[in-house]
Amino acid sequence: MTVTLADGMLDLAMPMHLRLDAGGRIVGAGPAMRKTAHTRALVGQVLLDVFAVHRPAGLRTFAQMSARPGRRLVLGFREGRNVEFRGHILDAAGDGAFVLNLTFGLADLPDLGGAGLTAADFAPTDPTVDTLYLLEAKQMAFSEMRRLVERLRGAKSVAEEQAFTDTLTGLRNRRALDQVMAQSRERAEPFALCQVDLDHFKQVNDTHGHAAGDAVLRAVAARLSHSVRAADTVARVGGDEFILILPGMTDEATLARIARRIVTDIEGPVRFEGRDHRVSASIGITVSTDYDDPDPVRMFADADAALYRSKSAGRATHCFHGQPA
Amino acid sequence: MSANLARAMESFVTDTYGRTVWQDMVRAARLDFDSFELLFEYPHTVTEPVLDAAADRLQRTRADLMEDLGTYLVSHPRMVGIRRLLRFGGDDFETFLDSLRELPDRARLVLPDLQLPSLRLKDEGNGAYALDCSKASADLCGVLVGGIRAMADDYGALVTTELKTGPGNACRIEIVVLSSRFTPGRAFELAERST
Repeated sequence: MTVTLADGMLDLAMPMHLRLDAGGRIVGAGPAMRKTAHTRALVGQVLLDVFAVHRPAGLRTFAQMSARPGRRLVLGFREGRNVEFRGHILDAAGDGAFVLNLTFGLADLPDLGGAGLTAADFAPTDPTVDTLYLLEAKQMAFSEMRRLVERLRGAKSVAEEQAFTDTLTGLRNRRALDQVMAQSRERAEPFALCQVDLDHFKQVNDTHGHAAGDAVLRAVAARLSHSVRAADTVARVGGDEFILILPGMTDEATLARIARRIVTDIEGPVRFEGRDHRVSASIGITVSTDYDDPDPVRMFADADAALYRSKSAGRATHCFHGQPA
Repeated sequence: MSANLARAMESFVTDTYGRTVWQDMVRAARLDFDSFELLFEYPHTVTEPVLDAAADRLQRTRADLMEDLGTYLVSHPRMVGIRRLLRFGGDDFETFLDSLRELPDRARLVLPDLQLPSLRLKDEGNGAYALDCSKASADLCGVLVGGIRAMADDYGALVTTELKTGPGNACRIEIVVLSSRFTPGRAFELAERST
């Protein structure tokens, strides 16, 4: 028994089909195809005058097309917007008529070829409408995720900006130091500022690599932290530059003792990957009581100048601001 | 689900009453943050106080507030995406109602983790329907009622709804469609036309 589909049934089953005669002339079109064609003429036209074959390459004539029913075809409108379709040609019961069943290509799927189709234009078995639903829902989920990522990225950079810690050593960083200095000045608390600069650090870094250099910096940080009281601030402010703020500590003899202990501590070897690395330190010290108003910028500059005198004096030593080495 | 409700409430309050009103609620609920993320989980101990604070601040019952939230979610211009997704459910209001049963499955196609309550529609004839929601909190049932009312407006249908809470986390929404084409409703096209 053969089932014959009346045109009306074809329209319902495959609303985007074209009915063709043996010569490739369009004799009928499904309702969704007529809607999509809009002002382009369909019925009475030669198929390949209305549509260009995009794939398979080399397919030029209707005879080639109709000779292989079922083969996947990609076609596009020649006129107006080049809406692309994919589909296959079916031999309609061998009486010389063909049915070309089409659907939208992926590029034209999101807006359905701009034709203003509705759910009623698609067969209930056709997942096109569900695909559109998914596209929109996916877009919503994706935008929400992108907003989340943006917000997290913003939060991360704020957190980084507000951080008070040097990530390599765990010491305070420049921002934290500035805050401590400002507080001490505000409260008019006397304090000492020690600038500690490593000697021979560059050689370690250059000769044994950054990993060795980082190990030395971490070891120095630990030793500095042990050399001072809990209320003191130890910050790393540059590659191998450290600054100590020692509140209430203005006695030069005590400061000199602390400075000597720091140099000795830092000179102890740092074991890294089976090798001992050695650095030393030069220190410049200034105390807030030397100033009418302990301006941080001036104090840093003075500590720096004292440090350079230590360096000039042969390193591994300390100098006070306003005193000979 | 309660996290999604809190996020939705944040949008609703912010878009309708302004950010400062939302911040009042956040303060009243003693949260240490002021914005919920849709994709995060939050414990009830966080979401409950803020939903209570919202009802308190707006002087509404919690049930009324949830209905308003549902209406907002499908009718506010900023939520046009949700309205569009729901309109995919069918060409008229009654088809839309019927499509609600597939809503959890559809949602899972996009967000596999999303647990929506299961919805079952009973057609009682003469335009009367009963929508049974299991595993749905009273809040969510309220949101559903508000959403269904707003969708009826969207389709141009004239309907009455009544919310009946059952034992446990279950509710039944009784809907009577008096006229499915009372007004022309709002236009809907599957594809937003390209220009």
